[in-house]
Amino acid sequence: MNLPRQLCTFYLDGLYWGIEVTRVQEVIRYQEMTRVPLAPPHVRGLINLRGQIVTAIEMRTRLGLSPRQENNLPMNVVVRSDDGGISLLVDEIGDVVEVSDATFEPAPATVQVSSRELLRGVYKLDKKLLLQLDADRLLEPSRGVGS
Amino acid sequence: MSIDDEVVKEFLVESHENLDQLDRDFVALEADPGARDRIAAIFRTIHTIKGTSGFLGLPRLQTLTHAGESLLTLLRDGTLSLTPEITSALLAMVDVVRRILANVEATGGEGAEEIDDVVAQLSRLQKRPTSKPDAATGSAAAPTALPVGPPNPGPRSAPAGAATGSGPQPSSTQAAPGEVPGFASAAPPGAAPSLSIPAAVSDPPSHLFVEPLIAPQIPAQSTRQQHDPPAGSSVAESSIRVDVGLLDRLMNLVGELVLARNQVLQFSAASKDPAVLGTSQRLDLITTELQEGVMKTRMQPIGNVWNKFPRLVRDLAVACNKKVSLQMEGAGTELDRTIIDAIKDPLTHLVRNSVDHGIERPSDRVAHGKPEGGTIIMRAFHEGGKVNIELSDDGQGIDRKQILARAVKRGMISSDRAARMSEREALNIIFLPGFSTAEKVSNVSGRGVGMDVVKTNIERIGGTVDVSTKPGHGTSIKIKIPLTLAIIPALIVTTGGERYAIPQVNLLELVRLEGDHARAGVESIQGAPVYRLRGNLLPLVYLNQVLGYASDHGASDIVNIIVLQADDRQFGLVVDGVNDTEEIVVKPLGKELKAISAFAGATIMGDGRVALILDVLGVAQRSGVISETRERTLRETLTQDDVRNAGREALLLFQVSEGGRVALPLSKVARLEEFPRAMLERAGKRDVVQYRGEILPLVVLREMLCDDDTVPDASAPLQVVVYSERGRSIGLVVDRILDIVEDDVSVKAAGSREGILGAAVIQGKVTDMLDVHAVIRRFDPQWLPQDTAA
Repeated sequence: MNLPRQLCTFYLDGLYWGIEVTRVQEVIRYQEMTRVPLAPPHVRGLINLRGQIVTAIEMRTRLGLSPRQENNLPMNVVVRSDDGGISLLVDEIGDVVEVSDATFEPAPATVQVSSRELLRGVYKLDKKLLLQLDADRLLEPSRGVGS
Repeated sequence: MSIDDEVVKEFLVESHENLDQLDRDFVALEADPGARDRIAAIFRTIHTIKGTSGFLGLPRLQTLTHAGESLLTLLRDGTLSLTPEITSALLAMVDVVRRILANVEATGGEGAEEIDDVVAQLSRLQKRPTSKPDAATGSAAAPTALPVGPPNPGPRSAPAGAATGSGPQPSSTQAAPGEVPGFASAAPPGAAPSLSIPAAVSDPPSHLFVEPLIAPQIPAQSTRQQHDPPAGSSVAESSIRVDVGLLDRLMNLVGELVLARNQVLQFSAASKDPAVLGTSQRLDLITTELQEGVMKTRMQPIGNVWNKFPRLVRDLAVACNKKVSLQMEGAGTELDRTIIDAIKDPLTHLVRNSVDHGIERPSDRVAHGKPEGGTIIMRAFHEGGKVNIELSDDGQGIDRKQILARAVKRGMISSDRAARMSEREALNIIFLPGFSTAEKVSNVSGRGVGMDVVKTNIERIGGTVDVSTKPGHGTSIKIKIPLTLAIIPALIVTTGGERYAIPQVNLLELVRLEGDHARAGVESIQGAPVYRLRGNLLPLVYLNQVLGYASDHGASDIVNIIVLQADDRQFGLVVDGVNDTEEIVVKPLGKELKAISAFAGATIMGDGRVALILDVLGVAQRSGVISETRERTLRETLTQDDVRNAGREALLLFQVSEGGRVALPLSKVARLEEFPRAMLERAGKRDVVQYRGEILPLVVLREMLCDDDTVPDASAPLQVVVYSERGRSIGLVVDRILDIVEDDVSVKAAGSREGILGAAVIQGKVTDMLDVHAVIRRFDPQWLPQDTAA
């Protein structure tokens, strides 16, 4: 199948990432959030999105990348889920990109373990590589959550 | 035949509603056997189900309802009169219909529900069978109607032409089956897209009632409706079904609108422009009305729950050989749908109890000068922002002495305590788990589970239960519940710069210590802070410590103590600041955060920011308030039971490898089990066995303690020590159980390796003391609750 697939793209620590556009509810600017003590480290806080409470996930931490500098405010990519949705905190938003399955390849084995878990695969674009997040894995609660 | 899912779904919803109505009609009919309109209503319902089931290809359902319909025909014509036997048979039919429908819903097929007995019974009851009904089984076709229309006395000719030329079909029109032979052929399919569905015509013209397909256009329709108001079916035309999820979303949006409105009002207050002021005032009014309107859409009359009680009471009364009538007042009292769901089971239980225990047998009642039949009255009304539900019976009441005697016999309280108990305290014993006054366990009740569940369920939704009784005259149970679950009153506090909401239900009082009191008031027992609250020691928990903001609590000039109730324990939660009480809207947390026991949910504050709602029970557990006290009570009991052995402890001795003796305090052992090796299964990387309906993970101590993974004997069964903590179990696989001894547990040497506390001399031999927590931590760090593991 060579159906074109649309990915909503964003940047994280210099890497170019994408997530299926159908999974994305909206993209919003940085929001004030409420800290959640005792939560896993990648949970940055809770955002009020028009009455919907959305859990904000620091994608740099989740993917094991280097921490973002304090003064760089992240953007929110809000992903739909059956219990209200989560927001992915990313460095910068890219375009919606159409990709073809022909250019797809699974992640090489050398990619860091923490990233590979959420990495569905790589699209080889002309100039750069587009890493696709695995939305299903992302929406599962991460392991290692304290009771 | 491919069945359109939508049609099936519609049919199921429709039928479930109709069946509920049927139950009520039957019970009402029994009270007033002459009520023709009731029989007609029942008849129509059954007929509709029959017709639709024929269309949808559900032959068993069709056969069953056909049998019922034939019997009903005789009843309606007055050929037969209603007897309890007939009612029971018809109700049995309704039950089977329900089960078949449930099968259809679950599997899409009818399932193998046994219908022959019921059908035979129904046929047998038609003692004077007329020639027609059986012969006509499935012979011709009639249109299937979705909802049944109003009753229609007397034959009415169906203008087939009118139906054919009906043109656009109003979506709300409900048509009854037209039963004119030849009708189906006269009406071409498609004339009325949703309705002209062929099904069986089984009735002779004498039972015929026809609803014109486009009711509003036929003059006769409107006059008839005036003369013959249909029982409870006219509402359907003015209402539509809405997905509850949609209502919840609307509710959310309205909540947001309210916040935005508040902000607009703030800005406009600063403005002098009359246009801005006027508009913001209008916005204010409209928003308020909209909010009320949307709230109302989620409200349902409590009658929706009560509906099934007449049938329940009747069936129970028949089963217990009693005569009971049920009166209901205030069935229109409205409640949020979440509450409606939550009170269904508790109410059912209370009604059962009343019939089974409350109301006496007819002979006993007469002997006490009461009418033969008992009465149960259910009342519902709004009062002080809460919904009151009262359930009272005129039965024998609750005998306080009997309760106390039973509680003492069961060892729930001591006889000393019983003698000192007030009447109210004694009555409240019925809410303790495991208590039942029933002499023997009946089908209906008396298993000793129930009242405690009723109480827990009602309290879970923030309600209260109160019993009052007059021996010989009856019992009355009063339930008070909030109107809605979604909005609860809560105390807002601040700690670590963030706001937290504490549900008011758990709140007892607030204590504020200032200056010297703050420094001297908080005392410490071996590092555990306590406060003397009116002479009693109140354990203190620092919220910033529980939430991990700070590792210790510095001395402060002001101490805010919030006295909270968790289970049956009180504790004081120390917070940085107390803000205010507020009505908050509870919203669930996402998957990532559900596992944090300290939080019950989140809410959006007036300024639009999110605040977390504390789970008081979770906080208490996390900080050790609950488990600690429980363990202490347990220890006290143990010591009392076995005073002679004070200072000694029972130990389980077992062998984990050749010559390796290990001991574990017996108090930590839930059970000893033997599993054949064939039962061993693997889940992930772990060995597990199925044990009492659960999966028991196994830890092989030989591997863990001795780094020795040779299997000693592949054919020998596994010896497993089952260890349980807080409802979870883990199996420790050992080589051999040696003995149970009582000995001093003073450890003589420090532990040499992980999982071993140390060594002691037991029965003259050096024995390792097992550190269960360390073993489990090594096996799975997540298994133990964090505060225990730490």
